[in-house]
Order: sequence, then structure tokens, then C-alpha cells
Amino acid sequence: MTEKKIRVLIAKPGLDGHDRGAKVVARALRDDGMEVIYTGLRQTPEMIAEAALQEDVDVVGLSILSGAHNALVPQVIADLRANGQTDVVLFLGGIIPEDDIQTLLEQGVYKIYGPGTDTREVCKDIREAVKSKA
Amino acid sequence: MTSALLDSLRKGNRLALSRVLSQVENGTEAGLTALDELFLETGTAQKIGITGPPGSGKSTLVNALARELRQRQPDKKVAIIAVDPSSPFTGGALLGDRVRMLDLQDDKQIFIRSMASRGALGGLAEQTEALSQVFDAAGYGFILIETVGAGQSEVDVVNLAHTTIVVDTPGTGDDIQSIKAGILEIADILVVNKADRPGADQSVTHLRNMVEMGYARSINNGKHHLEDFQENSEHKTTSAHWVPPILKTVACEFTGIQELTDAILTHAAHLRQSGQWHAKDQAAIRANIRHQLIAGLLSDFNQNVPVEMIDSLIEQAQKRAISPNEAVRVLLTYNRNNSLESSE
Repeated sequence: MTEKKIRVLIAKPGLDGHDRGAKVVARALRDDGMEVIYTGLRQTPEMIAEAALQEDVDVVGLSILSGAHNALVPQVIADLRANGQTDVVLFLGGIIPEDDIQTLLEQGVYKIYGPGTDTREVCKDIREAVKSKA
Repeated sequence: MTSALLDSLRKGNRLALSRVLSQVENGTEAGLTALDELFLETGTAQKIGITGPPGSGKSTLVNALARELRQRQPDKKVAIIAVDPSSPFTGGALLGDRVRMLDLQDDKQIFIRSMASRGALGGLAEQTEALSQVFDAAGYGFILIETVGAGQSEVDVVNLAHTTIVVDTPGTGDDIQSIKAGILEIADILVVNKADRPGADQSVTHLRNMVEMGYARSINNGKHHLEDFQENSEHKTTSAHWVPPILKTVACEFTGIQELTDAILTHAAHLRQSGQWHAKDQAAIRANIRHQLIAGLLSDFNQNVPVEMIDSLIEQAQKRAISPNEAVRVLLTYNRNNSLESSE
């Protein structure tokens, strides 16, 4: 009946207050026809997992510029799994040093985007990931 | 998958609830089956609609209200359905109501669900009522339904809410605005939010004048404004005695929230005492069926009548060879004959 919309949660875990990147991505996904739930600044991993659960999202996008990604991202993944949401696609944007990228990908992050990423690339990746999941 | 999922939903599993909400929102086969079953278990929740212009503070008010309702009646769970608009161009949506509801995240007895309007124009999404039924069946005692930022005529929420709260802010218009038909008429409770801003008392005065005029009229005629929206005849005779209170709030500071909560609970008690609770419930079901019937007929029509035929009739009308009226008659006749043939 209705076309299945891709639902994405965009969240900023941790304490840095730079949400411009998150908003730009949220807007780009919206313009690509997705339904984007934006939760705002200073979220704990638990809050993010809780919002993902209530919204039954296909995708969670995290924006981290504080350097705390090695602490925050595994915790978000653990909380999502603890809630039973094992099939959520998780992507990450922000300032992530080269050395950490491989580790985070191994822990279950789908893609990591740095500054200057073309948002069309993000949209395309997300569509592919959701499609291959279904 | 459905029956196992519904069993976990009934046991209070929130992931199961969330999954069922998605199925219902997307109108899948599983969602329709789930709703057929769950509807039979509904009818206990108080549905509270919150509507008003964009930026009037609906989400912030919902945040404060949900917290207060939980404190007053800790045994009742609170569901929030927050509707935001979909883009008419891309179909995408940015759902940002949760940003104002961060106070509620620690309470597992509160469930917030954002919804995109997906092209519906009445201030709600097509499936908002269906989602409220799922929450009702899942044992949520209060269901707060926040509409998209509403202008003057997005009044669908009144068809499903027991209690409709219309939120306004100081300085949004003179006394002529407040006597126009539309959104202000549907209020069971009127709220002037951001009441710490200049002009709040003036807004209250305008609204009070409007309410008093309406009340006098309803006494004179033995009628009430709601009958314009609800065709249920039971409703007309019993609805004349509630005068909408006008309350000032500053939602971000939790000012006036006690009084608003009192008004909501008093309204519920009034509805139950006067028999209107039942009447509203009956009217909502009637409106729901009519609404779905229209959608279903349209979908049947689209299946029965070839697009080329519609286009060709439109073209003839555009050339002024036939009238639009005649085009419609031809199409409807074709649809009728065609559906008869297919059912024989």
C-alpha cells in the first residue's frame, strides 16, 4: 500500500556542541526522501538506543567531534544490541583519526565519513545498506 | 510472525510494540492483521490532542504534560505520537519533536513515536489514529497526539481525541482572528503558551470573549460547535455544558502545567459523567470507517478505470467539448458498470 520509507535517527552523543554537521546530514537525507528523526545534542548512548527502539529506525547516524568515539560508539552498539536491535545500520561522521577507523568498522560501524564528504554519497550508501538488509 | 509479535506486545515488550507500530504505519499485510486483532482490545485510553501553530510550543508542552501526568497517575503509561510534515517534493521529513522531549527519556513508561504526515493535510498522518489504537491496546492510559504545526483548518485531531488542546501564543492576532471559524472552535482547553511574553493577558481576553460568545450561542440554540465536525446525533444533545478553560503556561519552565493537567483530568471526568466519553468514542469509530471507506473507494476506482480514459475525458473538458461535471459522471458510470461486471 504505502511505500516503505527509510527511517534514520541522527544523534550527537557526548559533550561537544558542534551540531552543524549532524544537521547538514539530516537535511540531506530528508531531501533524499528519508524520514529523519533528529534528537539533538548531548545524548548518552543509552538515550540514543532508547530513541532508536521507540522509533524503530533502520539506520542510526552518529556525529562525534569530541574525540570520544572509541568510548561512545561501542557503547551505542552494545545498547542497541541489548535492546534487540541487531539489524540497525550504524554510520558515523566527524573527526575520526585514521588509526581508529579500522577498529570501529570491525566493531560494527557500517561507514565512517570525514569532513568534505559529499552527502549524496551518504544517501547512496544508506539506501544500499538498507536494501541489502531487507 | 504476527501472533508472536502481538503476544510480546501484550506482555509489554517495547521492541515488539515499536515493530507493530511500523507495520501499521506502513499499511503492510501484517500491520492490517495486527490492527484487526488489537482494535478489539482498545477503548480505555484517554486520547489528548495538542494542536496549534508552528513554534507555539506544542512539543515543549507535551514534554511537560507527560511528566506531570506520570507523576499524578504513576500506574498509567504515557504514549506520545508527534506528527511533523513530510516534504511535498521529496516525501522526506525531518522529525524534530524529540529534541523538546529530552526530560522524558529516563522514564521507560513513556513511549515517544515520531510520525511524518506523508501527504495528509488535516494535521495528522493517515495512520495516526491506527497508531493510537495500537498504543491503547498495549495498555497506554494516556495518549498525547501532537499535530503538525496547524494553521486555521487542520482539525482532524478532533475526530479522534477525547480532549483537544489548542495552543496559541501572545501576539498572534486581534480579536477578529479569534472569532474566525476553524481551529479555535475545536478546543476543549485553550492554552496561551509563552505567557511570559508581552500581550499574554490580551490574548487571554480575546479568547475569553470568543468562548463566551460561543457559549451564549450554544445555550441559545441548544447546539454546540462540534456538531459541524461530527455527524453523530447523540453528540449534539450532550455536549453543550463544557466551557473551554483558558490557561496561561510557560512550558519550558513548567509554569501552569499543574493547572493544565487539572483541566485535562477534569475534562475526562466531565466526559464520563455526561456520557460524552462514549459518544465521542462512537463518533470516532464512525468517522474512522467513513474515512477509510472513502480511501478504499478511491483506490477501487483507480483500479477499475483506466488512466487513459481519465486523461482523455480531462482533455475533452480542457477543450471545452464537455463539462467537468459530465466527465465525472461518465467516469463514475464506467466505474460502477465495471465493478459490477468484475463481481459477477
